[in-house]
Amino acid sequence: MTTTQYRVIGSRPVRHDGADKVTGKAIYTADTKLPGMLVGFVLRSPHAHARIISIDISEAEATPGVHAVLTAADYPNVENKMADLGEGSINLSYLSSNCMAQQKVLYRGHAGAAVAATDVHIAEEAVKKIKVEYEVLDSVTWVLDAMKEDAPLLHDDMVTDSMGEKASKPSNVPAHLHFEKGDAAAAFAEADVIVEREFKTATVHQGYIEPHAVVADYNEDGRLRIWTATQGSFTCRQQTAEILQIPLGNVLVTPCEIGGGFGGKITVYLEPTAALLSKKSGRPVRISMTRSDVFEASGPTPGSFMRVKIGAKNDGTIIAGEAWLAYDAGAYPGGVIGPGCMCVFSCYDIEHAVVDGYDVCLNKPKTSAYRAPGATQVAFATEQLVDELAQKLGMCELEIRQKNAVKEGSRRVDGPVYPPIGLVECLDALKQSDHWNTPLQGPNRGRGIAAGFWFGCGLKSSAACTVNSDGTINLLEGSTDIGGSRTSIAMQLAEVLGLEADDINPQVGDTDTAGYTDVTGGSRVTFATGMAAYEAGRDLQQQMKTLAADLWDCPADEITVDDDGSFSGNNRTLGFKELAVELFAAGEHLVGRATVSPECPTNGFGAQIADVEVDPDTGKVTVLRYTTIQDAGKAIHPSYVEGQLQGGTVQGIGWALNEEYFYKDDNSMANASFLDYRMPTMLDVPMIDTIIVETGNPEHPYGVRGVGETPIVPPPAALANAIYNATDTRMTELPMSPPKLWKAMQKHQAS
Amino acid sequence: MSAYKKVHVTTTINGEQVDFLCEPRHSLLEVLRDSLGLTGSKEGCNNGNCGACTVILNGRPVDSCLVLSAEVEGAEIETVEGIACNSNLHPVQQCFLEGAALQCGICTPGFLVASKALLEKDPDASEETIRFDLSGNLCRCTGYDKIVRAVQAAGQQMREI
Repeated sequence: MTTTQYRVIGSRPVRHDGADKVTGKAIYTADTKLPGMLVGFVLRSPHAHARIISIDISEAEATPGVHAVLTAADYPNVENKMADLGEGSINLSYLSSNCMAQQKVLYRGHAGAAVAATDVHIAEEAVKKIKVEYEVLDSVTWVLDAMKEDAPLLHDDMVTDSMGEKASKPSNVPAHLHFEKGDAAAAFAEADVIVEREFKTATVHQGYIEPHAVVADYNEDGRLRIWTATQGSFTCRQQTAEILQIPLGNVLVTPCEIGGGFGGKITVYLEPTAALLSKKSGRPVRISMTRSDVFEASGPTPGSFMRVKIGAKNDGTIIAGEAWLAYDAGAYPGGVIGPGCMCVFSCYDIEHAVVDGYDVCLNKPKTSAYRAPGATQVAFATEQLVDELAQKLGMCELEIRQKNAVKEGSRRVDGPVYPPIGLVECLDALKQSDHWNTPLQGPNRGRGIAAGFWFGCGLKSSAACTVNSDGTINLLEGSTDIGGSRTSIAMQLAEVLGLEADDINPQVGDTDTAGYTDVTGGSRVTFATGMAAYEAGRDLQQQMKTLAADLWDCPADEITVDDDGSFSGNNRTLGFKELAVELFAAGEHLVGRATVSPECPTNGFGAQIADVEVDPDTGKVTVLRYTTIQDAGKAIHPSYVEGQLQGGTVQGIGWALNEEYFYKDDNSMANASFLDYRMPTMLDVPMIDTIIVETGNPEHPYGVRGVGETPIVPPPAALANAIYNATDTRMTELPMSPPKLWKAMQKHQAS
Repeated sequence: MSAYKKVHVTTTINGEQVDFLCEPRHSLLEVLRDSLGLTGSKEGCNNGNCGACTVILNGRPVDSCLVLSAEVEGAEIETVEGIACNSNLHPVQQCFLEGAALQCGICTPGFLVASKALLEKDPDASEETIRFDLSGNLCRCTGYDKIVRAVQAAGQQMREI
C-alpha cells in the first residue's frame, strides 16, 4: 500500500473546466458554427444486407438549398492496409466502406449517400429523394448462425486466419485465436469437481448522451480542418487522411468537448463524409447523427456465445480451465475477441488452460470498444462458474476467490506474468467492508460477488508546460478530456513543481499544437498523460537548475530540488514560483516538455458486491445495495476515481438487467431509441458505495493505475450470482431482463 | 428555400425579451441552439427521452425538443445560461462542481435546470423524490450517485438562504 504523503495528489479540487460545464459555455461539436456552414444528412440503408444496384441523386441535387450530394463514387479507393488506431488496428479499406458503403450495404443504418444543405430539414428531405435500387440479400445477426457453413456471406473474399494459417474457403469468421498453457485435458481428468455451462450475451451500446458530430472545412488550399467529438484527435486525423488519401499534415483535428465515448468514439464515421461534402460544396459542413443513427450505425459492443469449463481439486484449488468463445465483430472483421480470450481466466491462477476465440462477421454495425472491451462477457461466464464451484465444494464464494486469486508472478493464459497487482488486496477489502459484514435479510433477496480485470495500457502521450511571468503554468496536452482528466493531469504537474492545482491552466491541444498523444482509452490518460506532465515538470526543473546556477553563481549539480518543489543552492532557497519570477525577469522564458510511452500494462483489478431483490411475479430485479472496490494504484483525484467506479458499475448494471439490441425478422433493430433501449435512470439504481484500494503501481511516479474500465466488468456476474442466491435460478443469458428471468424461474420451478 | 412561411414569436428568455422568426416545424431546442446561439441546452435524442435539452417553461421543466417554437409566444423560458446570477453560480451549479457531479458534462445543463426546478418547488426533496423527479434525465458517466448528493447539498443551501 502507498503511504507517501502528497500535497495535491489525493485532494479534491474543483475541475478546471467545471465552470464552463455548469454554465452551458463549454463548446461541444454540435455547438460549433462557422460562417456559411451547411448541415449534412446521411442516407442509411433500410436493409440488413443488400447489393446496391444503382443510386440516382439527380432529384436530390436539384432540390433548392442543397449544395452537395455525395456517394461512394466520390470516395477515393483505399487499399487493403492495416492502420494502427492506438488501442487496436483496422483495415483501411473496411474503414472506408463502413463510412460509405461500396457495392453492398452490410447492416441496417449503413451509410449509402449524404447531402449538404442550408439546413438540416432540407438535407433530410433531399436524402429521401435519393433513389437507391437494392438487391436484398439474406442476412444473419446471431453469432452461431453466422458461423454455419451455409450462412449468408458478408465478404466473398474473407477466409479464416487460424493462428497464421489461412483457410481455403471464404467464411464469416476472419480469425480464430488459440491460447493454451499446461495440459488442460490432463488436468480436467485429475479434477475432483468440474463445472461447465454455455452463456449468451446481447449486443449493447455505450450509450453516450452526445451523438457523434463533426464540422469539416475543406479549404481551397487543400487544408482540411475538422472539429469533432473524438476520443483521439491524432487517430481521427490519421484515419481521415488515409481514407481521403491526403497528406497527414494537411489535416487539422480540433477535439471539441466530448459528451461521452466509453470506446465508441475512436473510429471515424462522419469525418470523411463531412470533409468530402465540404470539398464539393466549398462551404464548411456540420453533420450530427440522430439518436437512431447512433444505435444503428456507430459501433456497439459484441453479443457473444461462450462455453466455459473449470475444474478444481477438493481443497478448492482451480487446476483447469477451458473456454470456447465466439464474439460478434459486426459487419467488418476486428472485434474484441482478443481481449475476451485474454480476460476469461485473468483473475485466477489456473495452471492448465486452453482458450479458443472466434471473431465473427454478421449483419450488425461494426462493433467497437466499450469500457474493458470483451472482458464483461467472459466475466459473466467465469465468475458464475467460480460461484458454482464453491457451492459444490461447500466453500464460501469469497474464500474460493481468495484461494485462487492471481498475484505477482501468476501467468495468464495468453502468456504475460503479472507484476505486482492488487486483486488479493481488493478481495481483502471486500471481506472487511461494511456491506459484506451486514447480513442481507428478507424473502427473494440475494447477495452476489464477482471480481474483474482490465489490462490498462500505456501507449504514447505528450505534454508541454509554459511558465508564465508570475510562475503559474500553462499546460498543453493532447488527451481528449471525457471525465475530468485535465485536472488529474494538472494535479500531477502541480505536485512535482510544488504548486497548487489552480496554478496550472491545462488545455487540450489540437493536432497542430499538442505533441502526439494516443486515444483517451485503455484507462490510460491519468496514468500516461499524467506521467508525461510529471516528466515535463522534471524537464522544467532541470532547465531551472541550470539557469539558477548562473543566477546564483554556483555549479548546477549543487542545486537541489526538494519534495515541496523549492530550489536550494549556494545558501539560497526559493520556491518554484519565486525562482520562475526571477528567471522571467532575467529574460528566461521556460518551456518544459516530455513524451512518454510506458509499455507495461497498469493491471486494474476490482471486486464488487451486489444485493438484489427479485419480484417473483414479474422477474424484475431491484438493486438494493452495491459496493464497488478497486485498486487505483494511487487515486490522484479521489472524487473522479469514485465517479469512474460508480459510472462503470451502473453501465454494467444496465448491461446486466435491461440493455440489448432487439432484432426484427428482417434483421433491423427494433429499439433504436433511448425509450426502447432502456439504460438505467436515476430511479433504477441505488447509491454506489466505493472502496478505493491503493497498492501503488511501480511503473508510475505516483503509483497510478488506470481505473476507467474495470468497474464495468463484474456487474453482470455479481448480479447473476445475487439473482441465483435470491431465486435458486442460474441465469446464463444477458440481459437478465424481467421476461427472461421470469421464464427461467418458471422453468426452474417446473424442473 | 423552405416551403414554410416563418412565424414571428415574442418571448422572454432568461429575463430578457427575445424576438425570433421560426418555421412551424422548428422545435424550441432548434431555435435556442441554432437561431439564438444558446447552445447550453443539448440535443441527445431529439425525442424527449434523455432530458439534455431541459428548460423551464412557465415554471415547469420541459424537454425543449418536444416544444414547438411557435408555441412559446408570450412564455417565460429559463435555460442553463440563465441559472447563474451575474457571476454568482446558483447553489445547484456550485454543488455539482464541488461534488464532482459531472464527468463529460453533456447531460449537466439538463440536470441543473431540472434540479433547480425541483428544488424551487421542494428544497427538502428526499433522495427518493430526487430520483423520481430527475429520472427523465439520463446520465451515462456518473452512475447518478454524485448527482443525487449534489442536488441534496444544493437543497440544503437553498433552505439556508
